[in-house]
Amino acid sequence: MSTATTTSRFQEESKEKPLGGRFVGWASNYIDERTSLSGFVKELGRKIFPDHWSFMLGEIALWSFVVVLLSGTFLTFFFQASMTPTHYAGAFLPMRGVEMSAALDSTLRLSFDIRGGLLVRQIHHWAALVFVAGIGVHMLRIFFTGAFRKPRELNWVIGFILFILAMAEGFTGYSLPDDLLSGNGLRIIDGMIKGLPLIGTWTSFLMFGGEFPGDQIVGRLYTLHILLLPAILVGLLVLHLMLMVINKHTQFAGPARTNSNVVGYPMMPVYMSKMGGFFFIVFGIIVLIASLFTINPIWNYGPYDPSPVSAGTQPDWYIGFADGALRLVPPHLEFVLLDRTWSFNIILPVVVLGLFIVLVMIYPFIEAWITGDKREHHIAQRPRHAATRTAIGVAGVVFYAVLWAAASSDLIATHFQLTMEGVIHTLQAMLILGPIIGYFVAKRIAIALQKKDREIVLHGYESGRIVRLPGGEFMEVHRPVDHFDRFKLVDYETYEPLVVRPNTRGRIGFWQNVRAGMSRWFFEDRLTPVTQAELDAAVAHQHHALEEMRTVEDAEIQGAHTRAGHPEAPLRPEGEDTRTGEIPVRPTSVLAEEDHEKGKRD
Amino acid sequence: MAHEEDPLEHERASWKPSPGLAVAVPDPVQNAALPPHRERETDTDPAAMTRAVRTVYTLFYLSVAASIWAVAAYMIFPIENGEITSIRHNNLFIGLGIALALLAIGIGAIHWSKAIMSDKEFIEPRHATRGRDSTREASYKAFAEANEESGFGRRVMIRNSLFAALVASIIPGITLFRGLAPHDSAADPHAGDPVYLLNHTMWKKGSRLAHDPSGVPIKASDVTLGSAFHVIPEDLAKLDHGQGYLEEKAKAIVLLMRLPVDELHPAPGREDWGFDGIVAYSKVCTHVGCPVALYEQQTHHLLCPCHQSQFDVSHNARVIFGPAARPLPQLPIEVDSEGYIVAKSDFHEPVGPSFWERH
Repeated sequence: MSTATTTSRFQEESKEKPLGGRFVGWASNYIDERTSLSGFVKELGRKIFPDHWSFMLGEIALWSFVVVLLSGTFLTFFFQASMTPTHYAGAFLPMRGVEMSAALDSTLRLSFDIRGGLLVRQIHHWAALVFVAGIGVHMLRIFFTGAFRKPRELNWVIGFILFILAMAEGFTGYSLPDDLLSGNGLRIIDGMIKGLPLIGTWTSFLMFGGEFPGDQIVGRLYTLHILLLPAILVGLLVLHLMLMVINKHTQFAGPARTNSNVVGYPMMPVYMSKMGGFFFIVFGIIVLIASLFTINPIWNYGPYDPSPVSAGTQPDWYIGFADGALRLVPPHLEFVLLDRTWSFNIILPVVVLGLFIVLVMIYPFIEAWITGDKREHHIAQRPRHAATRTAIGVAGVVFYAVLWAAASSDLIATHFQLTMEGVIHTLQAMLILGPIIGYFVAKRIAIALQKKDREIVLHGYESGRIVRLPGGEFMEVHRPVDHFDRFKLVDYETYEPLVVRPNTRGRIGFWQNVRAGMSRWFFEDRLTPVTQAELDAAVAHQHHALEEMRTVEDAEIQGAHTRAGHPEAPLRPEGEDTRTGEIPVRPTSVLAEEDHEKGKRD
Repeated sequence: MAHEEDPLEHERASWKPSPGLAVAVPDPVQNAALPPHRERETDTDPAAMTRAVRTVYTLFYLSVAASIWAVAAYMIFPIENGEITSIRHNNLFIGLGIALALLAIGIGAIHWSKAIMSDKEFIEPRHATRGRDSTREASYKAFAEANEESGFGRRVMIRNSLFAALVASIIPGITLFRGLAPHDSAADPHAGDPVYLLNHTMWKKGSRLAHDPSGVPIKASDVTLGSAFHVIPEDLAKLDHGQGYLEEKAKAIVLLMRLPVDELHPAPGREDWGFDGIVAYSKVCTHVGCPVALYEQQTHHLLCPCHQSQFDVSHNARVIFGPAARPLPQLPIEVDSEGYIVAKSDFHEPVGPSFWERH
């Protein structure tokens, strides 16, 4: 039915001059008659998206992934995922004649014999680093603004899986060249897997196709890296974006922005141009970095050999936290029990990291259980308005940061001339204490910022202008907050701790107690939101104070005039005009009245 | 959208009082309308608009020029055989061209959207994510009818046997993955036995200790006090890469050091595992298998550069710091009739990282 209408409309228009000329009109009609694409364009073409700089972080991840796909496809035309031994005979003189696998040989050749090959390889590696970083900061934005709340919990989980997949892509990718550094990385993975109880030995044996390093692993990682993982990644990415469109983007509080609308600019033309343009900026910056800065100089490392290793070996940044966990584990955690070896120096970090990761993944459900809130939330919170969540997030960030720093413990020691043992022990202590300190500091700061917002909403900004009242009293003039900016400062959400009540059988269930405890932990320290009545009272109070000051001031000036013998002199200077910005420093003139009607923004 | 028929549906679905701990603020601050549109310079000043338009198309043409430059750089800066400078120039100039071409498009497009396109804000209503009640009923009905017509819920035997068959059909596929690692064969009787393989290295009685990687055997007289050698079995150097060179090397690498005899404290039963202060230890870290490559001569400590485990060679390579839990295995050595250092036997325990069946 809709096709018929569209056709007739196109036919009508084609008599005149259709948008974009006759060919575009004909082509649109041709496609629509075969795909009913017009409905899609109607739905999405003018869809409104809200604007905020932090909404761009996810875009960085998206576009750098596109760059990874493009550059990676180019590399597959040259790379040989084979561990067959060969003697290098390419352009790079220092490596000539060295025995190496076909994988490293082809990587060196595509770097040094193909024009622009090194550039694409470096684009690929840098883009991968930016990709994981983009996902990381995007997730932090989502977490700290509570944008994972209903209806977006599932999209958080999908995004989280994308993060894990991105790290897996990164690891499988940098193991491919089969150079010394990546071989040592695989050796560590092999050692970790072997340390796992029950399945470890055989998992390693199957993975490497026999003993480490074997001649299979590069080919297998290659299949994962270019086929299996990207397929899952692209599928989930599409799902992630579809859910974003279905749920519509969150927006920050502000004038006219409510939980039931979206305020912003249309997809076409504004976001098409902005997002499209941003793709080119992300791509351009990655190419700029790749043309200026070397990444992963495998030609310096040489082929993998189990014997040599360079000091200061480190994985790519996003695997650092796992390597750090291996370093920080306390000593002597291995024992023999029931004739089996229990390597808790491996199991413990794996379990701790696993728990950490799972907690991040299921956090939306934990918070939803504590609050019991089943409403949809479309207003992104400011981190200060969810003090406990923000504090938990900061604790998690500190925990991650300490593990990450630990991956460079040896470099920290050498660069700052500290002892290796001292650095490790300090980081071990910080791993426990850091999150606790971070939690309390963040929570106090968040609550203090809430108080400050409340103060600003009710009493205005500190203007920095000190005024002496006629009675000799000094006061600082507060300027009321802009009418439109006020709505960014007030929070509409508030929760109260759960009060436990016995159920029909007169019992208080265990889980109810847990939930009550958790909700006390979350919501014990809180500020009640500003109400309209409080706001009106504050405004009225300001007007009242203003009036009172004006009376006192006028009386003083009148008295002065009388004593001077000029009782008829004016009480105010001639031509006082706030619009010129020339404001005499008097309380009644600097205490600018709030102007609802004018709506002027400065 | 079909939702338009019921504009309040969203309110009903998503703003109903929550059963949880949320408190309805009785008197929330009233929200304002959209602030009045602020005119940009390009909205008020035609000259500014002309400037903006010129900037955008200049950027786009600059991008064309940069693309042409990138192609030109591809030809102007070839990679001369082996010249590292030419590789650097090739990388740099092609890269800068492409980067400029892309950045100019990006900056131009964003400038277009910010300075020239209308910046009027729109308000679009949101709708409840859940389907409308009528839609949900219809979808429920679809399932109910399908269930009725197929008997999926009723004919339990059919359904459950299908589930069983589906689960069972996956198992052969999983079984095939056993082929990821080799089976035992006549040529290689232990190829499919990881525990056996992990328990044995190339070392055997009489294997000469040789330099890594040259394979030149080491005489006891070469090992001066305080020196340390990276060692492989002499036979290893004769293996090709295709014949398990790396796999054998990964287990067989050894560090050979000579300490003053009075500073060595051999464990009971190992007094004759060294020779005149010369001792040999596995170089594979007992943590996760990195080569323990850093030897500190003065303290006789070995340090693993990967995770900073430290081993004390003077006390049987016991762990003195870090995540490793076990001392490095010692290779018993002696000197043969020609003065070369040889192994007395294989290691007495598996080398490298721990594994489940190790003990």
